[in-house]
Amino acid sequence: MTRIEAKFTALKAANRKAFVAYMMAGDPDLATSAELMKGLPDAGVDVIELGVPFTDPMADGPTIQAAGQRSLAAGTVLQDVLDMVATFRKTDNETPIVLMGYYNPIYSRGVDTFLADAKAAGVDGLIVVDLPPEEDEELCIPAQKAGLNFIRLATPTTDDKRLPRVLQNTSGFVYYVSITGITGAAEAQADGVGPEVARIKAKTDLPVVVGFGIRTPEAAQSLAGVSDGAVVGSAIVSKLASGAPIPDVLDFVATLAAGTHRG
Amino acid sequence: MANDLFNSFMSGPDENGRFGLFGGRFVSETLMPLILDLEAEYEKAKTDPTFWAEMDYLWKHYVGRPSPLYFAERLTEHFGGAKIYMKRDELNHTGAHKINNVLGQIILARRMGKTRIIAETGAGQHGVATATVCAKFGLKCVVYMGAHDVQRQSPNVFRMRLLGAEVIPVTSGRGTLKDAMNDALRDWVTNVHDTFYCIGTVAGPHPYPAMVRDFQSIIGKEAKEQMAEAEGRLPDTLVAAIGGGSNAMGLFYPFLDDPSVNIIGVEAGGRGVDDRMEHCASLTGGRPGVLHGNRTYLLQDDVGQILEGYSISAGLDYPGIGPEHAWLHDTGRAQYVSITDAEALEAFQLCTSMEGIIPALEPSHALAHVAKIAPDLPKDHLICMNLCGRGDKDIFTVAKHLGFDMSDTEGREAK
Repeated sequence: MTRIEAKFTALKAANRKAFVAYMMAGDPDLATSAELMKGLPDAGVDVIELGVPFTDPMADGPTIQAAGQRSLAAGTVLQDVLDMVATFRKTDNETPIVLMGYYNPIYSRGVDTFLADAKAAGVDGLIVVDLPPEEDEELCIPAQKAGLNFIRLATPTTDDKRLPRVLQNTSGFVYYVSITGITGAAEAQADGVGPEVARIKAKTDLPVVVGFGIRTPEAAQSLAGVSDGAVVGSAIVSKLASGAPIPDVLDFVATLAAGTHRG
Repeated sequence: MANDLFNSFMSGPDENGRFGLFGGRFVSETLMPLILDLEAEYEKAKTDPTFWAEMDYLWKHYVGRPSPLYFAERLTEHFGGAKIYMKRDELNHTGAHKINNVLGQIILARRMGKTRIIAETGAGQHGVATATVCAKFGLKCVVYMGAHDVQRQSPNVFRMRLLGAEVIPVTSGRGTLKDAMNDALRDWVTNVHDTFYCIGTVAGPHPYPAMVRDFQSIIGKEAKEQMAEAEGRLPDTLVAAIGGGSNAMGLFYPFLDDPSVNIIGVEAGGRGVDDRMEHCASLTGGRPGVLHGNRTYLLQDDVGQILEGYSISAGLDYPGIGPEHAWLHDTGRAQYVSITDAEALEAFQLCTSMEGIIPALEPSHALAHVAKIAPDLPKDHLICMNLCGRGDKDIFTVAKHLGFDMSDTEGREAK
C-alpha cells in the first residue's frame, strides 16, 4: 500500500474529506519552498501535490506558469525537486507526495532512472498532465510497476464512453478537473460537479477529489461536500507570490484545510 | 526499409499517430475526446468526394491553384550546374502555402459544427490565411501571436485585424511562437465546445501532422505532374525550408516512395548551429522530446526544458519540427541541413535581382542551399525547390539587415 492509499483509507475510516495542497517546488527558491512544504501537514494538508517546473505548462494558468518561471529562473531542476522530497521525508514519513508536471523533463532524464530515483526519494504518485490513457505505455504502466501511483485527470469532456479507459490504469485517486479550462481559471460550482463526481464514483472504488477553480475555504467546503476531497493550487501560489511570509501562507492553507474538512 | 516491397514511406502514421518513435497524442485529458472526434471526422472527410470537390473548387478559384512550376533560367545559368525549378506557392492568395491547409481545416471545422476558429502564428502568414478563410465563411477568428512577433510583423497584424480577426499578443513565457501555441492550447481547453484549433504546421497531436501534410500534399502532387510535363520525368532533388515543416512535407510526401528522388529539408541555422543555440535547427541541434502534443526533435537544455529558437525569419522560429520529419531524418529517407541568416539574406537578394521574384525569408533558406549544391551537379540534374512564400512581409527585416533606412524618403542608406 502506498502512502496515498494508506492516507485515503485512514480518511475514509475517520469520515473525513482529503485536503490536497499544490505548491511549486523551487518557487521563489528551493529554501523558501522547502520551508512551506515542511509546514503543510501541520496546517491540515492531507496530500501534497508538488509542482515540477516546466517552460511550457500548457494546462496551467498565468499564476502557476509564473511560479514555474520563478522556479526555473532560480535554477531548479528535477533533481532538486527529488532532493526536496528526500529531505522532507527525513521528518515526515506519512504525508503522501504527488509530483505534478509535464512529461518532457521526465522523458529527458529517462523514465526508468526517474522512477527509481523518485521512489527512492519518497515520492508516492505522479500527475503528468500531457499523458492521456492513449500514451499509457510511456510512463503510467512503468510507474505502477515501480510502485508509484499514477493519478489521472478526468474532465467534463470525459464522457461515459471514455471514462472506463481513463479509470483503467489510474491508481491512488482520481483527480476530477471541475472546469474545462486551465488551473486557477473560472470558479468551480458544486451543483455542476456533484453529479459528475457521482458518475465517476459509480465506475470506480478510487477516491475522487476535485480541483481547478477552487480558491476559498467556502468553495473547498462545498466541493469537498460532493466528493472525497478538494485540491487548491493557484490560490496558495498567489498568496506566496504576494510576498506573504511563510507563516501567513500556512495560516491561509489552514483555513482552506478547515473548509475542506467541514465538507 | 525503403527496399522492402511491403513497406512504404507513405503509410504513416500508425493508429496511434506515430511515425516510428515520433508523433503521438501528448495532450491533456480535456482535449483528448475532441482530438478523437477530429480524427474520426477527418477520416470520414478523406474518403468523401464532396469534401475534396469543395477543396478543389476553392483551391482553384479562391487560392489560384495549381501554382506554376517555373524554370529559373538565370539562376540556373548563374550557378552553372543543375536545372533549377521553383514551385511557385508564393503566388497563392495570401502569399504563401499556408492557405492550402487552412482551407481544409476550416471546411472540416464547418462540418463539425464549430463556429469559432483559433490559430497561432509566428510570422503572421498562417494567421493571415486563417483570418482570410474565416472572413470568407463568416466565422469568428482569434489569432494568438507572440508579443515580440506582433512588433516585428506589424503589417500582418493589421491585415488580420482588417480581415476581422482578433489578434491577441501573447506575453506569457517569452512571447514567441511557442508561447502563442501554448496560449492557443489554453484557449482550446477552455472553449472546447465551440472552438476549432487550426494548427498551421505539421506538428501538434495526431491527427494534425498527418492532416496538415495531406492538405499541403497538393504542392508535391502538382509538382510531380508539372515536372513530368516539363521534363518527362521525376525531379532528382527536392529542396524546401523547414520551421515546423508544412511546406516541405507538402512537397516531399508524394515523392517519398520514389527512391531516385533525393530529398533535402533546410532548417534555419540563425547565427550558426553551435552551443550558443542561436538557431532553429531542431534536427541538427536538438534531440527527441515531447512538446505541444507530439514527440519530436526539440531544442532543449540538458534537463528537458525547452529553449527558444532564433532565426532572422519569424516563420522558422520554432524549437520543434513536425514528427514525420523527425522520422524521415532518423530513417535516412530525407536529409536535413541548415542555412544561416547571412546565407539566406544573400539568396533573398539573388532571387530578387536575377529572377524578379522577391521570396520570403523562409524559402530564401531553401534557395541558399540550392546555391550550395547546384554548381557541382550535372546540367541534366533537376532540382525542384519550394518557393513557399513571397517576401513582401520581410522587406522591413531585410532593409534593417542591409542597413537601408525605410523612413528616408530619398532612399538613402542608413548611417
